[in-house]
Amino acid sequence: MSRRSTEPKRLPVNGRTLAQAARATAPALAARARSAVRAGLPFPLTPPPVPAGVEPPERERTTGADYDTDWARSYPARAARVLLVEGVVKPTVQALASPRLRGLDRLEALEGPAIFAANHHSHVDTPLLLSTLPEPWRHRLVIGAAADYFFGNRVTAPLSALVIGAIPIERQKVGRRSADLAAGLIDDGWSFLIFPEGGRSPDGWGQPFRGGAAYLAIRCGVPVVPVHLEGTGRILRKGKNVPQRSVSVVTFGRPLHPVEGEDSRRFASRLEAEVAALADEARTDWWQARQRAHAQATPGLQGPEIAEWRRTWALGDRRPRRRRSPAWPEL
Amino acid sequence: MPRPGFVLEVDRSTPPVLFHHGEGFRLEKLPPERSRVVYPAEPLAPLERPDDAIRHALRNPVGDSEPLHALLRPGMKLTIAFDDISLPLPPMKRPDIRQRVIEAVLDEAAAAGVDDVELIAALALHRRMTEDELRHAVGDRVYEAFAPSGRLYNHDAEDPDNLTKVGTTDHDEPVIINRRAAESDLLVYVNINIVSMDGGWKSTATGLSAYESLKHHHNVHTMQHSRSFMDRHRSELHHSNWRMGEVLKADGPKIFQIETTINNDVFGTEGPMSVLQKREWEWTARDRMTFLGMQKGLDRLSGRTRRRIFQSWKAPHAMTSVQAGEVEAVHEVTTEHVFRQHLVPIEGQTDILTMGLPYICPYNVNSIMNPILVMCLGLGYFFNLYRGQPPVREGGVLIMSHPTPWEFHPVHHPSYIDFFEQVLAETTDPAEIEARFEKDYAEDEWYRHLYRTSYAYHGVHPFYMWYWGSHALQHLGRVIIVGGDVKAVRRLGFQPASTLQDALEMASDVVGRDGTITHLHNPPILMADVT
Repeated sequence: MSRRSTEPKRLPVNGRTLAQAARATAPALAARARSAVRAGLPFPLTPPPVPAGVEPPERERTTGADYDTDWARSYPARAARVLLVEGVVKPTVQALASPRLRGLDRLEALEGPAIFAANHHSHVDTPLLLSTLPEPWRHRLVIGAAADYFFGNRVTAPLSALVIGAIPIERQKVGRRSADLAAGLIDDGWSFLIFPEGGRSPDGWGQPFRGGAAYLAIRCGVPVVPVHLEGTGRILRKGKNVPQRSVSVVTFGRPLHPVEGEDSRRFASRLEAEVAALADEARTDWWQARQRAHAQATPGLQGPEIAEWRRTWALGDRRPRRRRSPAWPEL
Repeated sequence: MPRPGFVLEVDRSTPPVLFHHGEGFRLEKLPPERSRVVYPAEPLAPLERPDDAIRHALRNPVGDSEPLHALLRPGMKLTIAFDDISLPLPPMKRPDIRQRVIEAVLDEAAAAGVDDVELIAALALHRRMTEDELRHAVGDRVYEAFAPSGRLYNHDAEDPDNLTKVGTTDHDEPVIINRRAAESDLLVYVNINIVSMDGGWKSTATGLSAYESLKHHHNVHTMQHSRSFMDRHRSELHHSNWRMGEVLKADGPKIFQIETTINNDVFGTEGPMSVLQKREWEWTARDRMTFLGMQKGLDRLSGRTRRRIFQSWKAPHAMTSVQAGEVEAVHEVTTEHVFRQHLVPIEGQTDILTMGLPYICPYNVNSIMNPILVMCLGLGYFFNLYRGQPPVREGGVLIMSHPTPWEFHPVHHPSYIDFFEQVLAETTDPAEIEARFEKDYAEDEWYRHLYRTSYAYHGVHPFYMWYWGSHALQHLGRVIIVGGDVKAVRRLGFQPASTLQDALEMASDVVGRDGTITHLHNPPILMADVT
């Protein structure tokens, strides 16, 4: 065989073909199609041009905190969500997070709607709770989600509303709309899941609890169930994009009722202390946690106030963990 | 408002009556005009907030006792003893009452800074509880906090190093209890009362005791002189325990007793089992279909599968009262609550007493109801569920319905097997059995080893089961078992019958053709208040 025949065939690529390909990208093609349509169709079949010197009225926002999620609580949407949660979310969470549930018996006397308030380390937290909350709350639940993050555009907004039953919560400015929406839904018998820290942990330690959950509990007269999630930071912590399999523990606490005269700030502090006690219980055991709680020596969720590297150091190993069955039977 | 129990006079319009029959059921037509059926009361309303009620009881004790928090201090030795697997029946849905109470007690202990805490399953000579059973009773939180470090364990009545003699009663009965409990600064006993026999001084003096002490009240004489052992004031069993209580009060640890009562909600108000809790004429079409389906389905299953299904049933029992403080004062209140649920007034005695025995008794939870336990449940427990006088006259006939299989659980009941094969083959007379055989079985090293290291009932336990029925054996003219294994029934010294009609025919030899019949529609539990 000749040497010439063994060389790979040369692709017909040069500067001209590359420029042609660049012109044919999707946005460019869409823009070209729009202009072609406009050129061919008259008003009112196309939007009118704005006359010079006229201030056009501000367009009503339909994303962010203004996104309307009513449709996501219609019967067909709820049915679709049940299928999604039970058929997709739950098996995925089981495979990814192997959750162990503790303290479910504490919800035994709980009746009617409730607010579930959990610490927040990961995007896995929401599907984890969505698939592990017991009935009757699991499928009559709305989730408070950051309006700027989950409802920021017209793709993520309907997806968040449909798949996780989210409602937008404004976290960058004080507004009544989010609170009124959540309170109305609770009054209608929906339970509410919220992460009172306001966002995922930036460094593995907790953040101060905001007063939203406490405020809603006082306003609507419903209990708050403190929930502690352990291990989700190892699966997909803030800053990571690819989840890794690891074990997780979900610990439910006793429902808390606001005491007479308690304002939302104090109630939020109490709620944070309860979640910290649950964290202590998950880390050690219930008896030690109760002893420290009574001695007011429960380690806080926010970690020690020391240099940043020492806080990171104090967190210990954050690599994923697997649950293994013991090599020998327990005798 | 739950309806109280009542007595139904049977006439021609009365539908067939439900008889429990082990892991199955029978519907029996009772002869009209001379039969009556005693129905239990409906489940009493439960406490609305049981956890709050428990905390209230701990802070507001009855009798001569300070509140629990006043008895706790840093550096003290605290022991919490709790009832074992034999209570309640069937085992209740989670959370178990013991878990609720123990968590409340531990919470107070944590608040008081108590570090030295141990928890003991007060099982006397019963089998040890498995990890799953302990977890179910005390809850995962308590189990995981105490069991891994060896601070939650089963009482061992054969461990000489961990038993101590507190004193002797004025009847020369030694009072021996668990050493850790005896040497504690405070012993908290957590009890569940399912029948009026439970609780009081019997909790500590029996539950934490040893054979040398127990044999003074678990014997034929005591049982034959307890009329009945469900009525504390007429029970020799309780008199002995109360004497031991006096010794414990004088020389034993400080005891803080917590007693709870549960309602009659055994089969629930929903689901296939709920039909068993309804009165027959109130069965809806759905109930009847469910019952028939259940009966047909069970007929097609193996005995093992049927047992597994029934033993997995967790009753929705709910707490109706909780009281804490000084033992005797607490127990008085408890007994009132138990009677409020169980007592059904009955006028006069009957010639023939009938009862359908269910699949469970205190000693076969997660196990097999062997023939000795059938005898104990019928002649021991059900027969003694009376106040005043037995519902059946002296010399009358008892007809029980149960398959009575010649079957034993080899791990749980090893000494029962030998008792059945060796002892009952020779005699069924309780006094003779006690005199000739008890000591050998009680002191047998192999049974002792199995009790201590496996999950076996103590070697002497089948004797106690037999003694449990000795009052009934003394009182009755004949005992007939319907639908039982013929050989096993004969070994028990009873007569087998294929059908209730046959059994009634056989009973007529003793009481005549017009003998009156009373059927105890139990479970749910009822106690006959016979005047």
